[in-house]
Amino acid sequence: MAHIVIGGGVVGLSIAYGLLKRGKDVVVLDGADDDFRASRGNFGLIWIQGKGEHAPHYATWSRRSADLWAGFAKDLLVETGVDVAYQDAGGIDYFTDEDVLEKRGRSLSQLAQQLDDDYPFEILDHSKLKALVPEIGPKVVGGIYSPMDGHVNPLSLLRALSIAVRNAGGTIRTGAQVISVGARDRDFSVLLADGAKIDGDALVLAAGLGSVELAEELGFDAPIRPQQGQVLITEKLPHFLKYPSGTIRQVNEGGVQIGASKSEAGTNDSEDIATSASLAQHAIDIFPHLERVKLVRSWAALRIMSPDGYPIYQRSQSARGASFVTCHSGITLAAAHASLMPDWILERNRAPDVSQFSESRFHV
Amino acid sequence: MNDPFDIIVIGAGPAGISAALEADHHGATVCLLDEQASAGGQIYRNVSQSTSARTKVLGPDYLEGGKMVRDLEQSGVVHRTGVTVWKVGQDGSVAYSKEETAAQIKGRHIIIANGATERPTPLPGWTKAGAMTVGAAQILMKSAGIVPTDAVLIGSGPLLYLVAQQLVSAGAPPKAVIETQTKKDLLGATRHLVPALKGWKQLAKGLQLIAAIRMAGVPRFTAATNIAIHGEDKVDRVSFDANGKSHSIQTTSALLHQGVVPNTQITRSIGLKHVYNAQQHCFHPVTDAFGQSSNSVFSIAGDGAGIGGAKVAALSGKISALNAVCQIGIIPRGICETRAAPLLKKRSSELAIRPFLDAAYPPPTDVLRPADDTIICRCEEVTAGDIRRFASLGCKGPNQAKSFGRPGMGPCQGRYCGLTVTQILAHETNQSHDAVGAYRIRAPLKPITLKELASLETPKEPETAT
Amino acid sequence: MFKLMEGEDVQDSVTFLFENQPVSATPGMSVAAALLAADVSIFRQTPVSQSARGPFCMMGACYDCLVFVDGMNVQACMTKVRDGMKVSRVPIINKDIET
Repeated sequence: MAHIVIGGGVVGLSIAYGLLKRGKDVVVLDGADDDFRASRGNFGLIWIQGKGEHAPHYATWSRRSADLWAGFAKDLLVETGVDVAYQDAGGIDYFTDEDVLEKRGRSLSQLAQQLDDDYPFEILDHSKLKALVPEIGPKVVGGIYSPMDGHVNPLSLLRALSIAVRNAGGTIRTGAQVISVGARDRDFSVLLADGAKIDGDALVLAAGLGSVELAEELGFDAPIRPQQGQVLITEKLPHFLKYPSGTIRQVNEGGVQIGASKSEAGTNDSEDIATSASLAQHAIDIFPHLERVKLVRSWAALRIMSPDGYPIYQRSQSARGASFVTCHSGITLAAAHASLMPDWILERNRAPDVSQFSESRFHV
Repeated sequence: MNDPFDIIVIGAGPAGISAALEADHHGATVCLLDEQASAGGQIYRNVSQSTSARTKVLGPDYLEGGKMVRDLEQSGVVHRTGVTVWKVGQDGSVAYSKEETAAQIKGRHIIIANGATERPTPLPGWTKAGAMTVGAAQILMKSAGIVPTDAVLIGSGPLLYLVAQQLVSAGAPPKAVIETQTKKDLLGATRHLVPALKGWKQLAKGLQLIAAIRMAGVPRFTAATNIAIHGEDKVDRVSFDANGKSHSIQTTSALLHQGVVPNTQITRSIGLKHVYNAQQHCFHPVTDAFGQSSNSVFSIAGDGAGIGGAKVAALSGKISALNAVCQIGIIPRGICETRAAPLLKKRSSELAIRPFLDAAYPPPTDVLRPADDTIICRCEEVTAGDIRRFASLGCKGPNQAKSFGRPGMGPCQGRYCGLTVTQILAHETNQSHDAVGAYRIRAPLKPITLKELASLETPKEPETAT
Repeated sequence: MFKLMEGEDVQDSVTFLFENQPVSATPGMSVAAALLAADVSIFRQTPVSQSARGPFCMMGACYDCLVFVDGMNVQACMTKVRDGMKVSRVPIINKDIET
């Protein structure tokens, strides 16, 4: 019997890929062309510094995934021929305000202490940063470099995963609109809008914002909400930027990607001028030479936020065999989702302990 | 943002100029935004600066635009030239840039008159330097007075004959006209011939053009297939099959044309409803007879609403303006309808020839859905075969295709690949064109500098010390 | 190859630099028209495959005629020639990132 994965984005496909590696039959159900798709609107970062500032378990989990990323990218290249442009030179966050830089530095030091100092980062003042990244402007007071950070091409990743899943014998049904889910212990039946019925003995709900509608039938709370993020991308430029930051990176094709705003805009996924203008100004503050560079596209996507911003990994109490996986950082966590989470889904002994990411943390 | 205009018109071709003039005539405050340095659109491009040599070559139809442009100069319309509109908001706000400075204005009603672009003509070698559209060659005549010395015209449709004849009269007869339409197309079109006779003047003009081309000794080939453009970097020859033989003609200038299609970048970006037109093989926004779109703030006039040509565009511009000034309360509905009635009637007779032209000069299947190794996205260099491969991986729509292989993600924002991607996906996945849909278009509609965008940042409240 | 149409008569001209070479043009012409008239047909190489491109649509839609004018990437067909203007080819983009 098949494992049904509802959701064909980066999260669903990463898990499907991992389940296939463990010899399972997998059917992935992917939605319509114009569904909200966080996987098309993300920033491509494998980002560690600053993540889990007040939640060391999240910092550790993210870091664990980042450490698995090199192998994951290599496997995908070998299996699919798609180079996801994985870069692990580290990342730099830029600061235009001394106080904010200092505060962030303190907070990272605290986190490092909690993690037995296994948390490398370096605070750079303007001149040290300038030696590393000569293009920074005078408004940049300094930055924080961390070798833990990296980035990939998220669209290449999506493509590689969908090829890898098919190569491994998985089925991806695209344009699959889920109407209802019949859920009993180890017995699931998903009805699609086209009349098809997909049966399975296990089910993973990884449908991003679409998970909310299906959660109750499967016994989940799914306390998630959309958070709108806007992103800009420039014309292709000769490569100048080796290190990505949380807000600016140069993608492997040459464009500079600028982001990412965060706003509570309901299900509005349209870009607006005020937000994109402030992103543009931010980029110019950091790299003044981008001033006369052409912006080619902007877009907005809806990301998935849990109440505390951390992932949710929950097994169903009412229908055994169903699990719910959702997170804000699907790229960073993709390697963990592919390599570690299948054991948790399959309830194996070597499964990672993700109990701190269960929905029970919200029941207070 | 300053006080709103009653009407903002985007595009100063025949539709936009006549819309602006009509709205101005009724006392509306009108702002006309146009990308070119002078009014006229592509059809009357540069008409106010035309030289006597150009006027002689381009003919009396071209000069007709001159009157419109002079009327515009005399009117109260605020005409902003050389501006790039890069975002239109659903509330009637319009952001544009001119000489690296961005601005935003607002209109109570927006008339989109951004016309057409030439249908994408993907065929082997169409990206090589020296291959351009037939329309581009005509723009070079109108705006610069230059002509290709050894052109080969490839494709089908009335513009092919017009430009071939204009090249003859400019002293640069093309080396050949290679046409893709077949006898069968023409025979099929004859069932539309009776209504088309209403447009007999246009038909007669077409026959005159063909006669002039023949008189000048320009070889014509019809029902041509397997057309390919060759050359290392630059075009040096064109090959094709016709009359049961293979041909090869040396040229540095391959001019391509398969009719024109509505430019839907703005209308798509606002999320207006669109529908696929199977006769014209393209999408157009859904409008009522007055050009009103699915969002009451926007009307679409001219070729952007569906291909009809310059005369139809001018009539549609007036009709849309009447409706717009009525909507914002300047004239009552009764007056709007009385005035529009004769215009609507005239427009339907101008449109009578269209079904015949659409049937007689259809884009061939291998232009709509090219062979695998033909590039379809010029910017990101994605081939037709790539799109088919994405379809085999489960890609059902153009927005998913973007994430599979970047078609439509370059600076042209899918203007020259969008239709082709939809057409290939519709065929491969056995869906209707409407079900497949089109690229979601986002700001900026045309690339702008980061500085231009940043200049529109709303000043932040100073942070209070806590 | 392009030439002036029959009877077209050029009174005055402007001169601009393309890749540091002087090119003369008629005032009011676009950079794209002026370069085509001066027998320049290859305007740039694409960032994806470094293949040669020149003007295609001449109406600001296709972005194939991109050139650098005074340090900025612009559409040659939408930019009028000015006396003394500095026009050059856009820098070639090396696709592979150094790591």
